[in-house]
Amino acid sequence: MADLAVIGAGPAGLAAALAAAAQGVTVAVVDSATEAGGQFYRQPASGLRARRPQALHHQWRTWERLRDALPGSGVRILTDHHVWSVERDSDGFTVHALLGPEQHEPVAVHADAVLLATGGYERVLPFPGWTLPGVVTAGGAQAMLKAGLVVPGRKAVVAGTGPLLLPVATGLAAAGVEIAALVEAADPKDLVRHGRALAGKLPEGAGYAARLLRHRVRLLSRHTVVRAHGDERLTGVTVAALDTDGRVRPGTERYVPCDTLAVGHGMLPHTDLAETLGCRLDGMTVAVDDEQRTDVPGVWAAGESTGIGGAGLALAEGHIAGRSIAARLNGTEPDPVQWAAAAKSRTKLRKSAAALDAAYPPPAHWSEQVTDDTVVCRCEEVTAGAVRDAVDELGAGDVRTVKLLTRAGMGWCQGRMCGPAVAGLAGCELTPSRRPFARPVPLGVLARQHHIATEEGTS
Amino acid sequence: MRTPLELADAHPGPAFTVTLDGREIEALPGQTVAAALWAVGVTSWRSTRGEGRPRGVFCGIGVCFDCLVTVNDRPNQRACLVPLHPGDAIRTQEGTGHDG
Repeated sequence: MADLAVIGAGPAGLAAALAAAAQGVTVAVVDSATEAGGQFYRQPASGLRARRPQALHHQWRTWERLRDALPGSGVRILTDHHVWSVERDSDGFTVHALLGPEQHEPVAVHADAVLLATGGYERVLPFPGWTLPGVVTAGGAQAMLKAGLVVPGRKAVVAGTGPLLLPVATGLAAAGVEIAALVEAADPKDLVRHGRALAGKLPEGAGYAARLLRHRVRLLSRHTVVRAHGDERLTGVTVAALDTDGRVRPGTERYVPCDTLAVGHGMLPHTDLAETLGCRLDGMTVAVDDEQRTDVPGVWAAGESTGIGGAGLALAEGHIAGRSIAARLNGTEPDPVQWAAAAKSRTKLRKSAAALDAAYPPPAHWSEQVTDDTVVCRCEEVTAGAVRDAVDELGAGDVRTVKLLTRAGMGWCQGRMCGPAVAGLAGCELTPSRRPFARPVPLGVLARQHHIATEEGTS
Repeated sequence: MRTPLELADAHPGPAFTVTLDGREIEALPGQTVAAALWAVGVTSWRSTRGEGRPRGVFCGIGVCFDCLVTVNDRPNQRACLVPLHPGDAIRTQEGTGHDG
């Protein structure tokens, strides 16, 4: 029986696993990917035999330290495990997963404590044409490049807002894609205004700026993509300048031919497992104390699930969580002096994360560009017009009512893709949606669940 | 011009053959359905249930379910997650993938 189950083998999960294992805790790390690393350190498929994966990565030495520490640590990494629920039971927790890639076979992992290091996914706000093939999320383009060593086209526009766009643009450029433009909605002046909190990030930013120059990437600040063009696939985008209020400046539209648009507007945390466990959320993120404990005894959280902050912050939070878990499982009060360095770095990085968040807001009036015939819910093909009708004609006052009236958010992705868009169009605050299962589960697996729980319990 | 394989100094094992709607294409060991299709310039392999519109990869990490595809007669596989094996038959998925 594993004492600690870590959900997610990214920086937070691995840092926690190593810290806890070093104190004698038996650790199993459960992850859906075929290799550990998470999104940030997503590894090329082993069959591709990449000798220089670091060419696709940043802060590779940190990854080498994590990777090299794993074999001697006793930490078990369970890849291809797609977790759909974590259940509290009489003697701890049961982590329910489906074995990938088929995701038909269930598997259960028992533990006395759980760390949720589930990471995040990208927020993309809609615009006409965003469902065309060739339009991908910025993070998706990066993930496909890192894992599959492939790119979606020859000529790309990278657009949206947030610190992810720079590495995506430079990464695609290094892999041979011509970057027609990097379209960033934020105003560089806002970055300067938050300069003090971002001081640590400046060398990183300067590095990207140099790479953009080297690849001759045209940076369009305070610009946005207002439309993607094409019939069966993307052929170009219209970009336009934004005024100081975040509205498109009429007359500034111009057409940029491209076969790829990599677009993103920041990140959202995965909180489904925390919600099912009954953990308190703080807005869209899992609420934790100074030890990274949630308010549910035995459940810790670290990394993007507790607030989007990047790999460095995830490492610090994971380390603290791992030390705290080790102490608590041994029945002792943890001594924060043990993790003073990580706590200091956590404080600093949370500040710069907040500053980045403030400096990279999505364009304030993005919804004005969304025409009524734009599909907003990609799964159920619900248009912006249908969402607006639900609010204006049928009196829906919240996202849940819009969903019941239109089916927006009822499809395969369970509203992860359209949630921010539907909330914005309906004029509501984005709130976490309750999802009893974190991913689709075959009915046969649910039917067998009782039997499996009984069998594992007696082993 | 540099390719991603050159950038990462990749030396994959020999390519193998799979089919896309009966047409033979080459795939590299370790590549997912989506990666192999991107590598041969294919960016859509599904038409939606309602409007019959083309779709392919969107999120690339298994969250959005836009890249659903039929592999070896099993519909609704996420192309960005499923690795290919020699001889696999990929089919463009129409609608739910359960019709005809």
